[in-house]
Amino acid sequence: MSTVRETLAERQGLAHEEELPPLSERLTVIRPASRLPKLDFQELWQYRELALTFVWRDLKVRYKQTAIGVAWALLQPFVTMVVLTLVFGKFAKFPSQNLPYPIFLYSAQLPWTYFQSSFQSSSFSVSLNSALVTKIYFPRVLLPLAAITVPAVDFLLASTILGGMMVYFHVGIGPEALLAPLFILLAAVTAFGAGLLFSVANVRYRDVPYVIPFLVQIWFYCSGVIYPIEALKEKWQWILSLNPMTGVITGFRWALVGTPPPHAGQFALSVAMAGLLFLFGLTVFRGFEPRFADTI
Amino acid sequence: MATATRTVIDVEGLAKQYRLGQLQAGYDTLRDSISHGVNRMLGREHLPPAETIWALRDVSFGVEQGEVMGVIGPNGAGKSTLLKILTRITTPTQGSAEIRGRVGSLLEVGTGFHGELTGRENIYLNGSILGMTRREITRKLPEIVDFSGVSKFIDTPVKRYSSGMYVRLAFSVAAHLEPEILLVDEVLAVGDAEFQRRCLGRMEELSRHGRTVLFVSHNMQVLARLCDRAILLREGRIVKDGPSEEVVAHYLQTEIGQGSQSRWPDLETAPGGKRVRLREVRVIDEHGRLVDSVDIRQPVGIEITFTILRDDVAVFPKIKVTDREGNNAFNTVDTSPRWREPQPTGDYVSTAWIPGNLLNEGLYTVEPGVSSLGLVGSSKLVHQARAPEAVAFHVYDPGEGDTSKGGFAGQFRGAVRPLLEWTSEHR
Repeated sequence: MSTVRETLAERQGLAHEEELPPLSERLTVIRPASRLPKLDFQELWQYRELALTFVWRDLKVRYKQTAIGVAWALLQPFVTMVVLTLVFGKFAKFPSQNLPYPIFLYSAQLPWTYFQSSFQSSSFSVSLNSALVTKIYFPRVLLPLAAITVPAVDFLLASTILGGMMVYFHVGIGPEALLAPLFILLAAVTAFGAGLLFSVANVRYRDVPYVIPFLVQIWFYCSGVIYPIEALKEKWQWILSLNPMTGVITGFRWALVGTPPPHAGQFALSVAMAGLLFLFGLTVFRGFEPRFADTI
Repeated sequence: MATATRTVIDVEGLAKQYRLGQLQAGYDTLRDSISHGVNRMLGREHLPPAETIWALRDVSFGVEQGEVMGVIGPNGAGKSTLLKILTRITTPTQGSAEIRGRVGSLLEVGTGFHGELTGRENIYLNGSILGMTRREITRKLPEIVDFSGVSKFIDTPVKRYSSGMYVRLAFSVAAHLEPEILLVDEVLAVGDAEFQRRCLGRMEELSRHGRTVLFVSHNMQVLARLCDRAILLREGRIVKDGPSEEVVAHYLQTEIGQGSQSRWPDLETAPGGKRVRLREVRVIDEHGRLVDSVDIRQPVGIEITFTILRDDVAVFPKIKVTDREGNNAFNTVDTSPRWREPQPTGDYVSTAWIPGNLLNEGLYTVEPGVSSLGLVGSSKLVHQARAPEAVAFHVYDPGEGDTSKGGFAGQFRGAVRPLLEWTSEHR
């Protein structure tokens, strides 16, 4: 064994030198940034541990900062549901497709809250992590990606409330429930696309943080959370379907609590819009990515 | 391929362009952007041509495995930009770089630490940000905790740590990264003197184990001591690439505008007057070779060539040595009996030998001269010829512990730093 190594060292002219450590296999090639809107899945896979670390960090910090920890993830949606039910169900008497209003509302509030937290935290994910972005390399897209993953935990916790309510209000569940995760995936794609776009805007423009809450509020009223989209004229149903969240909410509600299924064409429109938003967000993000460290 | 040298960093034509204004953060608002955009669409306004600067231009070099290379240059020369590109924090505008091996940088010390998380949790967080796998961190955890010296508080949130503990923990993680290539920017490396010393120690340790190090520093002494080779950047370009001693000396001297040699070939315009003219001055080593920088332990000679034009007054050569801050370190004249009498006209060469272990580290400038004594009671010198700051040289301490600062790695102040005979006894 050692003779083999010696001859090798001799051949490399190393015989009289101190042996250098073996040359690494890892090769990094640095070139001017490509602006194509593609995700380098191979690289993302390489960085999967870091992505999980970001998620783990945010979860840890989140549940450490609140005194009541996990209970907060249950209390917050429950109180929101009660208040919205009082306002829109009791006083304003919004239609609820023959369901008790709390069930009707909460089955939409769940995906909406997931979307809202994902969108907001991914929008701030780059600017809040500027200390990392200016000091170390990793695929920047990990930040918004981790940001849309963390709220999924809250979503799962809050889902237990829906289960309880369905038992309480005697609402049955069908095999469509198996499709529910697909609608959440659609919400995730939408939040990711919008988050990519706004994370760039947040780095680029200092007045964007004031725009986001306003945007979220408008978006909420345009997504059919507090009212059924079928209650609107057909023209308006199509217009609102340009908003991917309309498709998410109609679909999720159908899958879990048995409201009428989403109109196929309208739903397809929502899906297409989510795809476009995602592609547009990714293009903008990729185009601006090389400048993050120079701008923050 | 039968070569012993293996290039691990290969930089080809690297260039980086910044848009002016891009360097200042948060300068734009969306509102302004929209209103300017609308005005442009209406033709009421035109896009001003973007002003740009090149922070790096056509930079090419290679670093061999195990080499310790320094990067020096004035502020804004592109040193930090170069490091940012190599660490992939920012991308180049043109050119490419290939890096073979795992890169670590002490820029990242403490990067991503979160105050709410405990020391242990932050080791995992910081470790994976630095590129370690969870398994690797788990394996090294006892070592990291031990080395940091904060094991008692390892399950306390780091927001309760003192800043010293915080830095020690952060450094301990970085120190266990075991990069194959270490990139260090001393300017950006935070921390106190003690911490910087540890960084340098870690750098030396890695370089002894055949790791490749790229080191950006303003501390020329440290750089010259640690690095085999250096590149000098100015306005984004490499202006010199060579042994670090040479490059450092070149940098210091071009910064101030002197070399280690000055010549005045034209007798009419050479410094001096009707009695004496200076012809040449050189900084030389023991072997008579021209030198830019000198090991503090070695003597250095100031060789003055001058022409005596009249033999009516007794003249003698003299030097005045000034340190980097402009303090006069000393004056000295040639006291040999020859100069007590007027000497015949003609060319003379005199060399003043400054002994080793006398001057401090740093840059010294020399004013050579030829003087005579004033007539009244010899209390006045008459400068027959002199050339202020004609030459300069750089003194460095190779840090082998046999100079007047012993094992101390920092800098002593003072124009001189003689190695003295000490006597000590125990009473």
